[in-house]
Amino acid sequence: MTPPSIASEAIAVAPARAAGEREWVMLLRRLIRRRTALFGLAVVAVAVLTAVLAPLVSPFDPLEQDIGQRLREPGWADGQGRVHPLGTDHLGRDILARIIFGSRVALVVGLAAVSISGVLGLAIGLAAGYFGGRVDDFLMRVADVQLAFPFILLAIAVIGVLGPSLENIIIVIGVSSWVVYARVVRGEVLSIREREFVQAAIALGSRNWRIIVRHVLPNTFTPWLVVATLDMARVIVIESALSFLGLGVQPPTPTWGGMLADGRVYLSTAWWLATFPGLAILFTVLGINLFGDGLRDTLDPRLKL
Amino acid sequence: MNSYLLRRLWQSVLVLFGVSVVVFGILHLTGDPAALLLPPDATAEDIARFRTAMGFDDPWVVQYLRFLKGALRGDFGESLRHGEPAMALVLERLPATFQLAGAALLLALCLAIPAGIISAVRRNTAADYVSTVGALLGQAMPTFWLGIMLILVFSVRLNWLPSSGRGGLEHLILPAVTLGLFTTARITRLTRSGMLEVLGQDYIRTARAKGLSEQPLVWKHALKNASIPIVTIVGIELGTLLGGSVITETIFAWPGVGRLSVQAIFNRDYPVVQAAVFLLASTFVIVNFLVDLVYTYLDPRIRLR
Repeated sequence: MTPPSIASEAIAVAPARAAGEREWVMLLRRLIRRRTALFGLAVVAVAVLTAVLAPLVSPFDPLEQDIGQRLREPGWADGQGRVHPLGTDHLGRDILARIIFGSRVALVVGLAAVSISGVLGLAIGLAAGYFGGRVDDFLMRVADVQLAFPFILLAIAVIGVLGPSLENIIIVIGVSSWVVYARVVRGEVLSIREREFVQAAIALGSRNWRIIVRHVLPNTFTPWLVVATLDMARVIVIESALSFLGLGVQPPTPTWGGMLADGRVYLSTAWWLATFPGLAILFTVLGINLFGDGLRDTLDPRLKL
Repeated sequence: MNSYLLRRLWQSVLVLFGVSVVVFGILHLTGDPAALLLPPDATAEDIARFRTAMGFDDPWVVQYLRFLKGALRGDFGESLRHGEPAMALVLERLPATFQLAGAALLLALCLAIPAGIISAVRRNTAADYVSTVGALLGQAMPTFWLGIMLILVFSVRLNWLPSSGRGGLEHLILPAVTLGLFTTARITRLTRSGMLEVLGQDYIRTARAKGLSEQPLVWKHALKNASIPIVTIVGIELGTLLGGSVITETIFAWPGVGRLSVQAIFNRDYPVVQAAVFLLASTFVIVNFLVDLVYTYLDPRIRLR
């Protein structure tokens, strides 16, 4: 480590960090003031709590079958006086319990896939934006190739080959969702690169990786976070679409998409089978989108997503 | 043809090359395409013989070049299930997919652009709230659930519209609405924010000051500039529509490429899968190149770059 680079770091980072803490409190306050964002945050919180505490909040075992109680309508009470608030499915399983446990698959796939694509996209965006030139050209063409494929079609083709499992679904969604992160991060890096503190660090002879990690990376965090939040909603829809097509996490594990596929068969006799899992997806995605929109409007209103 | 378009053309060719690499790669993901292509009950000797016959023992580069040579002539091999050339099967289904995607896009544009403009011009009125909330819900609603709910209401309950197959206009309505809703929501939000931005600009104020009446101001002066991001998103949304057709076609038994692909994946009919993925991705690349042509007409600044 050469003395000049330490000096440059002290100049650039120290004030930013102090301001950072105050900014977070301000941010939270501003977010809460936006009613729609607060609603989104509440929905997300409920979804996360439900997934974590599923065994505690669920009224029934999601796998417990009772053929005598099949296709019962919402509010049905069985012989022992146990009420099925959202009814039962074609195997007599409680729908509410299955929705509650289904949130686990949705959120686990969402978080894991977003982590993979987020890190991948961040690295690619940093490289493309910072090094520019041929590296940038090459990476952006790879991004175009990725975007050329209809996402669901590519995902089901690959999962069809590899076989459907929780890990494969996470990997396939994660590895093929990096483009939006890379593009946003690249755009940020292009402008950060030209700022004085980066130019100063370059002039002082800091090494590339150090400039990237210490000066560029921290400044890409907010747009990255907004993208990650909104992408989470998209991943949850994709996961349920895969489950709907039968290429998601396999039965008997309850998934929202799988429940919908089951319900489709009984559409003319039992509407509740397909209706409620869909509402669960709708509310979760809506909540995440509203929270993400609020986050964007507060943190980075220029960001167009 | 200027240098910008030439460069874009060259980029499109590079992207198509990348697409071919990925489509080739699908079959080689597990490392043993012979085992994938043969039925699960094939013996080890069968697989070994097949591997040699198909040239799967050759170096990857040789195999890829052979694949590329075929792909350029539209030859992806024969369907393992139907015994016909895979590409012919896909091409046969292509008009149905284009019809559905085209109807969905038309519907989206006809609904979204007026809704977005009204939303922007009458900001913070009841009309704005209705369209904004509608767009939020539309973006959060999973395609497959919407399709099932439409079938439940309009086919099962009201018995107004058919729930499956391709035929007259009445067959097209439900699938087109299902496929188009997400795109409608996206374009509505984009039109609204684009119009708001343009309406705040100096030249609009000048036009107003000169006494230009509101109608031509909004529809002629403002919309032309606000339409630039809309044209871009139409190209990108085509990818969403082609991907969404996989699910929509499955729900409504619409005889298009999407449904064919899903069936092919379940039948392990990989030549058909490869042909379908390649064709849809190429369509996306070509349409987006055409969109760029329109783009340079709308925004002369791009020609100068």
